[in-house]
Amino acid sequence: MAEKRFALLQGNEACVEGAIAAGMRFFSGYPITPSTEIAENSALRLPQVGGKFIQMEDELGGMAAAIGASVAGVKAMTATSGPGFSLKQENIGYASAAEIPCVIVNVQRSGPSTGLPTSPSQADVMQARWGTHGDHPIIAISPSGVQETYDLTVRAFNLAEKYRTPVILLMDEIVGHLREGVELRPAEEMEIINREVWDDPERARHPYRMDEGQLVPKMTPFGEGVGYNITGLSHDGEGFPTNSNEVTNAAMRRMLDKIEKNLGDIVTYEELMLDDAEVAVISFGGAARSVMGALDKAREMGIKAGMFRPITIWPFPEKQVRELAEKVRHIIVAELNDGQLTLEVERVVGGRCPVSHLGKIDGTVLKPDEILEKLKEVSK
Amino acid sequence: MASRLIDEYFRQSKLPHIWCPGCGHGILMRDVAQAIDNLGLDKHKVVIVSGIGCSSRAAGYMDFDTIHTTHGRAIAFATGIKLAKPELNVIVITGDGDAAAIGGNHLIHACRRNIDLTVVVFNNNIYGMTGGQYSPTTPTGDFGTTAPYGNIDLSFDLPALAQAAGATYTGRGTAFHVPQTVKLIENGIKNKGLSLIDCVSVCPTYYGRKNKKGSAVDMMKWQRDNAVDAKKAASMSEEELKGKLVIGEMYHREKPEYTAEYQKLIEKVGGAK
Repeated sequence: MAEKRFALLQGNEACVEGAIAAGMRFFSGYPITPSTEIAENSALRLPQVGGKFIQMEDELGGMAAAIGASVAGVKAMTATSGPGFSLKQENIGYASAAEIPCVIVNVQRSGPSTGLPTSPSQADVMQARWGTHGDHPIIAISPSGVQETYDLTVRAFNLAEKYRTPVILLMDEIVGHLREGVELRPAEEMEIINREVWDDPERARHPYRMDEGQLVPKMTPFGEGVGYNITGLSHDGEGFPTNSNEVTNAAMRRMLDKIEKNLGDIVTYEELMLDDAEVAVISFGGAARSVMGALDKAREMGIKAGMFRPITIWPFPEKQVRELAEKVRHIIVAELNDGQLTLEVERVVGGRCPVSHLGKIDGTVLKPDEILEKLKEVSK
Repeated sequence: MASRLIDEYFRQSKLPHIWCPGCGHGILMRDVAQAIDNLGLDKHKVVIVSGIGCSSRAAGYMDFDTIHTTHGRAIAFATGIKLAKPELNVIVITGDGDAAAIGGNHLIHACRRNIDLTVVVFNNNIYGMTGGQYSPTTPTGDFGTTAPYGNIDLSFDLPALAQAAGATYTGRGTAFHVPQTVKLIENGIKNKGLSLIDCVSVCPTYYGRKNKKGSAVDMMKWQRDNAVDAKKAASMSEEELKGKLVIGEMYHREKPEYTAEYQKLIEKVGGAK
């Protein structure tokens, strides 16, 4: 599969190929539909490139082992869905606090709980942001197609390595099981980012201390002779537990700022037919595909509609959506949940224009005609 | 001797440790360092992984690459480290609650895989960090803050549990039996597979106080006076073993080790560089 440049792949398969191109050499996970093909293909492909796959005893272990591998210096990923995503939250928080790069794929399915397996859903938007306890930095990005899954998986690893943070690839069942043609661009033709490592062992003993001009502190893999400490406790620059409120505050601020102060680099989005749009639909992931169909029909009917598609879900493209709200008469948020992204859009829009929610919570997809009806309704 | 061990293997700026006066964990932590020293391991290739609880604070004091993880997950983190870099000696320091309650699933499956980790359980028979709740190794009938009328749970025999799950080296030491415990840890590190050493600590602050076991010294004397070597215990009746603590090597056999088997798999599919 890897030798071919073009292939017809499922989103889940493209995710694995993208991960390998990005340098993933470790996958640990637990079977759960609709993400299982990611584990299956990792099991097949990783040993072919000298990488390791392990099916762990549970989702918690899948997350923990991926962090362990990353600490050892190997790019690592895990994949899950719904209930498994809930179980991974504990160690996602650890990766966030200890600043260990890793990628977590969540192929969203209907919930809550076991829900309607394994119908599509996008109801983990808020969990992707706030699933683990405590204030914490996180990045979540969401692909709308198979090619984008390949490309965004590479980006997920790049962001994880660059910002020393867990990155959530927020897929959904639609994209995970969608088959499309995909160009498997080889690593040499893409930007591949690897974490910055200290050469000097003395400096490496301070894995959380930053020099001027650094984006994040450098880290060094275990086993290189450094002898440093990592903990999920509040820690100082050396990685040792601290009870100091001042040290904790500074460390928290630095961790949160590494995302908040680099939005220009992290936030990506797509704008479609927005130049003259009077109504904007905000949608993401698999749901955005239905919006595309609706827009063509709406334009034929003379409704000036366009789409704003956040690719980076967290941090949310606040500035762009605020600007959009100044331009259009109405915003519709089309998503497969009961209004999770709508909440964020409403917060950001702050009354600049009306915001409507169009969603599904029954395990079915939004049909283009349903979106068209909503467009007609708000355009009256 | 002790001071050289401290110079070589401990982060002196992080000492003294946080453990209570009389706690057995300091002795057990030293035992781990002594075992590493006796084997002459390259300290740059040793990784200490711990979970959460009193036991798991040990990682922060030991001068290796150390990682203090989440509650119960030390073995799962260690599995990732070991599989990613099999050349590392990965030692897990965990507690009875950490390893056998919240982390029980990771423990038995690491045993089943026979992955080359050395799991050293600082077993104080209680949840110490949270103030004395009964654990999976609190003896039946004993007291804890969550067992105010006596514990009705039956307890785990950790080496037997690990053996049944597939571990290839198991044993039990105590805070009192230092040379024997060091030897068990050494053997565990040498074993190419999952090794579990149940190191019975003393917790005078919670377990001891709740159960009227006397001072730390009294508790250590109890270990001295009631320990029976596994070889001798094999010929003793259940009645004779009542109230005794069986120590020593419990089990040792060879089986294929997980990371070595995975390397073979990589070679088989042509993925070796």
